[in-house]
Amino acid sequence: MSESTMGPRNQGAPDYNEHIHPVMAKNYGDWDYHERLKPGVIRYVSKSGDSLYVVRAGSPRTMSPATVHKVCDIADRYCDGFLRFTIRCNVEFSTPKEENVELIIKAVKEELGFPIGGTGNSVSNITHTQGWLHCNLPATDAAGSVKALMDDLIGEFEKEEMPNRVHISASCCQINCGSHADISIIVQHHHAPRIDHKNMMICELPKVVAICPAAAIRPKMMNGATSVEVVDEKCMYCGACHGQCPSMEIRDADTDTLSIWVGGKASSTRGGPSQMKLATWGLPNNPPRWPEVSDAVRKILAAYKESGKPWERVGEWIERIGWAKFFEMTGFPFTRYHIEDGPDALTTLNRSSHVRL
Amino acid sequence: MADNTTEKKGAMKMDLNTPMLDQLEDGPWPSFVTDLKGHAEKRPQVGQLLNQLEESYENRWNYWTGAVVNVSGYGGGIIARLSQKADKYPDLAQFNTIRVIPPPGFVYNTTKLRELADIAEKHGAGIMQLHGMTGDLLLLGYDNAGSFAAAEDIMKAGFDIGGSGGALRTLQCCVGQARCEMACYDTMKATRFLTNRYIDFLHMPEFMYKFKFKLSGCANDCANATHRSDMPIIGTWRGPMQVDQAKVAEFIEEKGIEAVIDNVLTRCPTRCLSLKGKELIVDNENCVRCMHCINVMHKALKPGVDKGISILLGGKRTLKIGDTMGFMLVPFMKLESDEDYEALANLIDNVWEFWNDNAHDHERVIEFISRVGLGTFLKGIGMEAEPAMVARPRTSPYIKFEELAPPRMGGEQNQNPPVWQREPEVQES
Repeated sequence: MSESTMGPRNQGAPDYNEHIHPVMAKNYGDWDYHERLKPGVIRYVSKSGDSLYVVRAGSPRTMSPATVHKVCDIADRYCDGFLRFTIRCNVEFSTPKEENVELIIKAVKEELGFPIGGTGNSVSNITHTQGWLHCNLPATDAAGSVKALMDDLIGEFEKEEMPNRVHISASCCQINCGSHADISIIVQHHHAPRIDHKNMMICELPKVVAICPAAAIRPKMMNGATSVEVVDEKCMYCGACHGQCPSMEIRDADTDTLSIWVGGKASSTRGGPSQMKLATWGLPNNPPRWPEVSDAVRKILAAYKESGKPWERVGEWIERIGWAKFFEMTGFPFTRYHIEDGPDALTTLNRSSHVRL
Repeated sequence: MADNTTEKKGAMKMDLNTPMLDQLEDGPWPSFVTDLKGHAEKRPQVGQLLNQLEESYENRWNYWTGAVVNVSGYGGGIIARLSQKADKYPDLAQFNTIRVIPPPGFVYNTTKLRELADIAEKHGAGIMQLHGMTGDLLLLGYDNAGSFAAAEDIMKAGFDIGGSGGALRTLQCCVGQARCEMACYDTMKATRFLTNRYIDFLHMPEFMYKFKFKLSGCANDCANATHRSDMPIIGTWRGPMQVDQAKVAEFIEEKGIEAVIDNVLTRCPTRCLSLKGKELIVDNENCVRCMHCINVMHKALKPGVDKGISILLGGKRTLKIGDTMGFMLVPFMKLESDEDYEALANLIDNVWEFWNDNAHDHERVIEFISRVGLGTFLKGIGMEAEPAMVARPRTSPYIKFEELAPPRMGGEQNQNPPVWQREPEVQES
């Protein structure tokens, strides 16, 4: 017999004090410095003199319970039963014992098959979205392209040879749940939504009209029933209405493409946070391994690795060398579609006589 | 009362036919396909899932429909997923996601994580994702009864389920003071405080649209708060940063003076660092707490001792008004005493009240501010404007100064009621 399921239990966030390693608990707020011993291994030193060695491994994010148990096995054996995940889906094994570091690395590689790295100036694990595996809106599968891309980039995950850290994200619709990153992969649509007029009763039409950022949707009677129409000249193919109403189908297997964006940075270091900008567009949505995406990302990383200076993130590097050089180095064509036409368009133009000649 | 165990009848076993997905088993990066294939031996519905995913790969098309399903007493936390190919893959007919609120900072003891893994498997497909982009631990693949039973077990294990829809979403933070010397406030404590204080808003979608907090201990913003949260809370400090000149000298000896010039001095955004021999001079008044020099020379330089938080507002990705990032709302406040936490909650209450009373449906807080203007918003939440909020003052001269507007014909002062309070003017006949 189960207990009543009525009403919320309001338990909230678990008490982290039960979930942090005893050395973290003892030295909470008292850490002094850290040093990166080698790619994937960081030593944190407390003012008390305690050390905590952290081994970082890349995970595929989606895991079976059996794999999660295997991760726990390693944490039980070497980390006193504690572990941590990062927001980029890496898993971290912590131990106060230096001699455990190599044992953890061996166990992670042999028992999990996860690579060690993702620290410092590496290409870290890719944050990505649900895709065809489990989302209701996707036009591509982020997990697949991420797996294929990381197969390519694993060497850069395991080394710290970039000018600064590189964050990559992949998103399976234009809502872009993968968010800003140094390099970001997004799907794009190329025509207005196709409206299933027979199935509009499942949607709240005023909300469908109101959600359009371009005011392109208006109410219309179709065959005696309430529906909407889309003004094609105004529609920017964003798919906001599709999230609101499944009968406004924005996706098209024949015409959807992928685009690559560069220069997103969340941290306020140096020049502050920045948003990502269009690098190249029109890449085919090409499962199962999306080779054109891997190829484009590789070009950006090769150029960045070659000409970026220490501490420059991708966006800062491009600002220094200029966008013309970026397009020259990557070989991506600069097109009229690269020019902003949103509300801030004029502020994105080069309003000076500055030019590299 | 139904039996709590939903390990019923057993899902239909199906031969895998996944030539395209098989190609994702090659290569050195760990493959989710390989892991899920192994898991399909135990949970046959996962085999159906892989076969459906293969069809998606073949046809470049998606076969999931979203819907609403709720645990009794909750308005969120379960994301219903219904397969459009349920006739072919019967155990995908209901294949919901459960969002579990993880411990702040994604720290786990293995006993509890194993318990969650067992619960995940007990009531459905049990695919785990660590973690979703909002910051939840995701469990995939439950029919409605399985979702309810799993949620019940999750709560018995001491966890709770997270937000979805127009609600407060599960909070996310960096590791903070638990393991980082840079952290200027206790991100884990603040995350737990806000989660528990506002747990009702996580469970019930009462807002005009979603609202996210992300908490980073310093300007390095490891929680990606600036881009990804409606209210980024970022650690900072007042007064001078801490400089250990002996370690500065050590750094210069080890790396060379050029490295300090190229990587530290000239990279300071406000040019407030200079060298006098091997001594680092800091113009602390002009330091904007960007963390760069501290990142480079982290043994020699530390944040100041009078630590606190900056509160920003309005980060989100592009839909519908274009990309936004959080802007500075409160440059500094302490976050240590109970009173400090109450002051933070008070600010949040004010922001939510004004936003939810006046925003349109589906309007994130920054979209609302974009529509009514920050000046109007500040008046609505009872805050004074200050220069730290803007990159520069306005350039447009067309301004409605309330104080300078002439009296009305009747002689009374024109109070210019704000647009959200204005009654329609009635014409007397």
